[in-house]
Amino acid sequence: MKSHWQILVVDDEEIMCESLAAWLREDGYGVDTASSGREALEKSRLKDFAIYFVDLKMPGGMDGIETMMQIRRLRPEASIIIITAYATVDTAITAMKEGAQEYIVKPCNPEEISLLVNRIIKVKNLQRENTILRKKLTRQYSVHDVISKNPRMREIMNLATDVASLRSTVLIQGESGTGKELVARALHNSGDRADKPFVAVSCAALAETLLESELFGHEKGAFTGAVAQRIGRFEEANQGTIFLDEIADMSSHLQAKLLRVTQDGRFTRVGSNKELQTNARILAATNRILEDQVKAGHFREDLFYRLNVFELNIPPLRERPEDILPLANAFIVEFSQGRARFSPSVAAGLERYSWPGNVRELRNAMERAALLGRGELILPEHLPARVRAAAESAPAREPGEAERLGEIERQAIIQALRKHDFNRTETAKALGISRRALLYKLQRFRELGYPVDPV
Amino acid sequence: MRYLYVGATEEVDRDALAAVSERVAMQFGLPVRGMELGSLGFAFDAGRAQYGSIPVLEMLLRRCPEDADKLLAVTERDLFIPVLTFVFGQAQLGGRVGVVSLARLRQEFYGLAANPEVFLKRAYKEALHEAGHLFGLVHCAERNCAMSLATTVRQIDLKDDAFCAPCAARLRRHPGGANV
Repeated sequence: MKSHWQILVVDDEEIMCESLAAWLREDGYGVDTASSGREALEKSRLKDFAIYFVDLKMPGGMDGIETMMQIRRLRPEASIIIITAYATVDTAITAMKEGAQEYIVKPCNPEEISLLVNRIIKVKNLQRENTILRKKLTRQYSVHDVISKNPRMREIMNLATDVASLRSTVLIQGESGTGKELVARALHNSGDRADKPFVAVSCAALAETLLESELFGHEKGAFTGAVAQRIGRFEEANQGTIFLDEIADMSSHLQAKLLRVTQDGRFTRVGSNKELQTNARILAATNRILEDQVKAGHFREDLFYRLNVFELNIPPLRERPEDILPLANAFIVEFSQGRARFSPSVAAGLERYSWPGNVRELRNAMERAALLGRGELILPEHLPARVRAAAESAPAREPGEAERLGEIERQAIIQALRKHDFNRTETAKALGISRRALLYKLQRFRELGYPVDPV
Repeated sequence: MRYLYVGATEEVDRDALAAVSERVAMQFGLPVRGMELGSLGFAFDAGRAQYGSIPVLEMLLRRCPEDADKLLAVTERDLFIPVLTFVFGQAQLGGRVGVVSLARLRQEFYGLAANPEVFLKRAYKEALHEAGHLFGLVHCAERNCAMSLATTVRQIDLKDDAFCAPCAARLRRHPGGANV
């Protein structure tokens, strides 16, 4: 159905209005009519019309051009189609100059109107999609949106805000899964290159020769299989940002070529002698300590200093446990469209786990939990086994005697439940308590997030 | 008992009318009744030498019988609405009355040799299309579906004389809907 797009037909002749409206309604659009420019403006204030058909000749002070100009002021994103029976070149030119998207002469061919509306709607759908995607991107990756209460992370994000608009290279170091690429995107999106391309390349994913042609491009015939000229990522990222991930894995030959680019932006395509120039900003990342790689002779010292103008070291999640719950919450909200919440035992368990895979591991665990928990209450059994095991094996503190007693009771009840296939009456009988007492206890366990119902 | 009426203006080819009535009866599973509508002279526009489809729909609404669920008129006259050069037909969306013009469905209209088979196929498809509007269906993006918008006979020839599955399902859900 395409009916979410609304159309307004403006014509002083009622029969013209109604006939065009009826025709468009058959196409499934929501259509309204107005018999004057004034009425059209009134209706425009109340409803968001995407397309207007406006008759050029209308009596009573406001003709089609005037009406169109006022509509454009009110709804600048709407498309306006001028209709007229008096086709002259002059009026067509005036109408188009004032911002009409199209101009039709009545009576027109039915095919013309359908094609016209379809074409406009197609563009509008793309525009809407684009706006949504853009919003999503900037929302996800702006520096200010990085979730952290950790003082070291705040410091890093402050530095990131400061360097976002510079051209200087930045070296981002951190364990796998700490979100190095996200930080790079945030840097890009918060700077003045935000509307320019962001190109990410993983230097570990490709063999040396392939990486060279990936980064710098190649000429036709440069090597077997180079059937056509190809522009490289540095050219693609011109005016924008290039993000080189896993930079420590780069071969020494490419390190030399990269050094050249970091110095003056010059490089050559594979198989060509012609020097090209790029203005791309370079962000590099690695999960190793690059300085150690330099000392061991695996990484060029001069390139290291070139890349390391600013250094952002992202601490692993286990060094900032205060971020676990806020991050987990943000992910669960994202994956469950805001409906899911954690049971208390889950929240405690998440904080106890060491998260060797860092934020990525946490994010994946939350995606899984949102699915298994059907987007409602997240219970311990919705977590991956290793997270659950860590949570159970390493209690945060020694439990008091009352708590220990409660735990013994809980385990006894859960075991009995399982033994009796979750039949409450039989379980209560076996435990020697009333069914009512059992139900009451189960309700309390359920609230605390323990699995007391058959899965 | 509610009927689907198929009305005919005076000049309509009776064989074509019978074929269309039969096809519509089969498609919608409603009992079909015939109705004579006389001349469309009142809707003639001398300036355009065509017949206005809006006055025709108004006339049909006035004359729609009590026991009619829907009234679909068939005419040989070339129809138009003011903003368009012509229409193959027009119907109230989800309403009671609609009209189909056979004028532009004949090969002769385009200076070609008459072909009764092609003509009848087009007539079915357009009758189904307008009747579909009466049962609340809007234009379908599926090019083979009878509810896809055709503004040329070529487009009519390309579609099937049947509804696509989603349109047929919508039709079944329509209140007082058809037994398709």
